[in-house]
Amino acid sequence: MQDLTESFVELVKSASTDLSPDVEQALREACAAEDDGSAARAALETILENVRMAREMGRPMCQDTGTPIFHVWYPEGMSQRALRAQIQNAVRMATERSYLRPNAVEAISGRNSGDNTGVDFPAIHFDEWERDFLKVGLMLKGGGSENCGRQYSVPSPEFPASRDIRGVRKAILDAAFQAQGLGCAPGILGVGVGGDRGSSMLKAKEQLFRRLDDANPDPELDALEKQLHREINTLSIGPMGFGGKTTVMGVKIAQLHRVPASFFVSIAYMCWADRRKIMTVKNGHVEIEAP
Amino acid sequence: MATKLTVPITEAQVRALKVGDAVLLSGVIFTGRDAAHKYMMENFIKGDCPESEKNIYAVLKEGLAGGVLYHCGPVVRKRDDGKYEFVAAGPTTSIREEPYEADVIAHFGLRGVIGKGGMREKTLAACKEHGAVYLHAIGGAATYIAQSVKEVLDVYKLDLGVPEAFWKIRVEDFPCVVTMDAHGQSLHDKVRRQSEQRLRALVAG
Repeated sequence: MQDLTESFVELVKSASTDLSPDVEQALREACAAEDDGSAARAALETILENVRMAREMGRPMCQDTGTPIFHVWYPEGMSQRALRAQIQNAVRMATERSYLRPNAVEAISGRNSGDNTGVDFPAIHFDEWERDFLKVGLMLKGGGSENCGRQYSVPSPEFPASRDIRGVRKAILDAAFQAQGLGCAPGILGVGVGGDRGSSMLKAKEQLFRRLDDANPDPELDALEKQLHREINTLSIGPMGFGGKTTVMGVKIAQLHRVPASFFVSIAYMCWADRRKIMTVKNGHVEIEAP
Repeated sequence: MATKLTVPITEAQVRALKVGDAVLLSGVIFTGRDAAHKYMMENFIKGDCPESEKNIYAVLKEGLAGGVLYHCGPVVRKRDDGKYEFVAAGPTTSIREEPYEADVIAHFGLRGVIGKGGMREKTLAACKEHGAVYLHAIGGAATYIAQSVKEVLDVYKLDLGVPEAFWKIRVEDFPCVVTMDAHGQSLHDKVRRQSEQRLRALVAG
């Protein structure tokens, strides 16, 4: 099997240092919309300058390089074990080269492993698919934004809401309000509706791989995504929570089948430094690009 | 126009600041985040400083009096000459230090805390009582902010890990905004209240 270790290092570097064009464009639009001289405008100008510098200097745009979350779609016959070993090695090398901060600490003792590897760290999800090439998505999920994620069991005594699309809307609005600017607004919300507690949050995170300007194939969810994008911005929490016109740059929702007893709405918050890239390997040829 | 401040900062300088003021900070400051706050609380504030920690206590006592603590876990590179350099150094979310910060401000005589996302009532009250401000840096702007870190002077408690250690750094014109002042005002409280009203209207509608 081809050794892809160096390519995985490049994937990490690209995700960490080079913001995707769809997100940068959304930040530019957000910046232009804020009033001259406002704190929100100044914050977005600084963010855009930072994005430019990180790309030019090949340095992490944010020091919290987060949990590296890999999603691997591999063709029949490829070895998961070999891929896992190459990814783990690449993460160690990327840490040595300062594309990643050593972020893996033992849960209870807080002991840092020093090289970004540990129990289920980096996170790697595998799916065998029907195509004949390899595709690997990487997301760097910072801790501050991750802490803003929420999971609602609808309804519950703490959260009275209906088990329908109105309940979903209420949960997402509440999560955006609770996050305030803490997750480095303007952010992006990935939402999973249904499933169990685990699958629901995983689906929410997967939504963050979608392009900001895409359309949801489900017309009802597409309409809800656009409505919530507008409504959340009327909360006026704004960039960094300074107050302002852009609180989120997008809302992306998917649903999963659930058991009749459960109705979860899981929300993953992604900061403005929405670091995700896709690598494909076709006939030995490697490409790294934005979603 | 931004206010230029140099560490050590006087109480009068801090009391003159108001929510919304832009600040360019210079001088020697320390980073400290989750593990550092727990460590300071257990060893210096609530406990009798153990013999093994006396040196670092002396360093912090001197450096934080009239000084500034930066909630930051940097990406650091060790250069060929053996010196450290900050590669990326934006603020981390401050709210996790809410249980500790008021005591840290009081104990060490801090004049400022730099972070992101703001803090709550206990810290705001300590800022008012002791004369300190919360300075908001731009979250995620890590490469940009690293340019204002001119020199890494030393590191303490590196055994806590690179992100959690106390890094003693010299900064020049570090850009931040006052979002909690020494007069009981907080931009974060205001934004939260206003957004809560709007949320109620949206959910009712």
